[in-house]
Amino acid sequence: MPILHVVNKSPYEKNSVAMAAGYAKDGDTVLLIEDAVYAAIKAGSASAKLSGLDVSVLGSDLAARGVAEDKLADGINVIDYAGFVDLVDTKDSVQSWL
Amino acid sequence: MAGEIKKLMYVNRRAPYGTIYAWESLEVVLIGAAFDQDVSLAFMDDGVYQLMKGQDTEASGMKNFSATYGALGDYEITKIFIEKESLDERGLTLEDLQHLVWEDEDDDWAERDSIQLVSRTELADVMSGQDIMFNF
Repeated sequence: MPILHVVNKSPYEKNSVAMAAGYAKDGDTVLLIEDAVYAAIKAGSASAKLSGLDVSVLGSDLAARGVAEDKLADGINVIDYAGFVDLVDTKDSVQSWL
Repeated sequence: MAGEIKKLMYVNRRAPYGTIYAWESLEVVLIGAAFDQDVSLAFMDDGVYQLMKGQDTEASGMKNFSATYGALGDYEITKIFIEKESLDERGLTLEDLQHLVWEDEDDDWAERDSIQLVSRTELADVMSGQDIMFNF
């Protein structure tokens, strides 16, 4: 029963990214939106929490914050709103780590 | 109009867009600039993200207020402190941030850097010299 774990809080202010990463099992996806997109920056200390997981990030939220895609950790998928909908559709449930 | 000039510091610790704090701080700074005080801005924790270059909110439909930071020099706000530890933790350098300047009227309007990269210890010293801190 794969789950989509959605996170919208900065990993440097709350532990939501760490919690989502800790609960993500094989087949799950962690989706970073809003201030959680900062976790995807490769050179930042928070990106290590996501290693080995299936991670997507919302491109429009990256762009709004001035985070260039070439700064992201390896293997992170950049998606648009349609991709967000597809993820919700393909998983059995959605867990939002507010 | 010979009121006492106070040293005011605006302390910015929140990322832009996720909450309203960053934008509200900027609004208060610009309004407060009319009062002829000795103003400093400090950016630490997620506040350093406020100054990231290349913010483009087109696709997300939010208002992009990042260009406004470039006008701070025109409001005679010339002391902007960035905490190095916060940049380091986030994998950022000054190169990732906007280049903010002011023009020195006492030196033929020469352009000067507004941003000072400081350590936590140095910023604590600057903070201890302030009369009032505003926190966002």
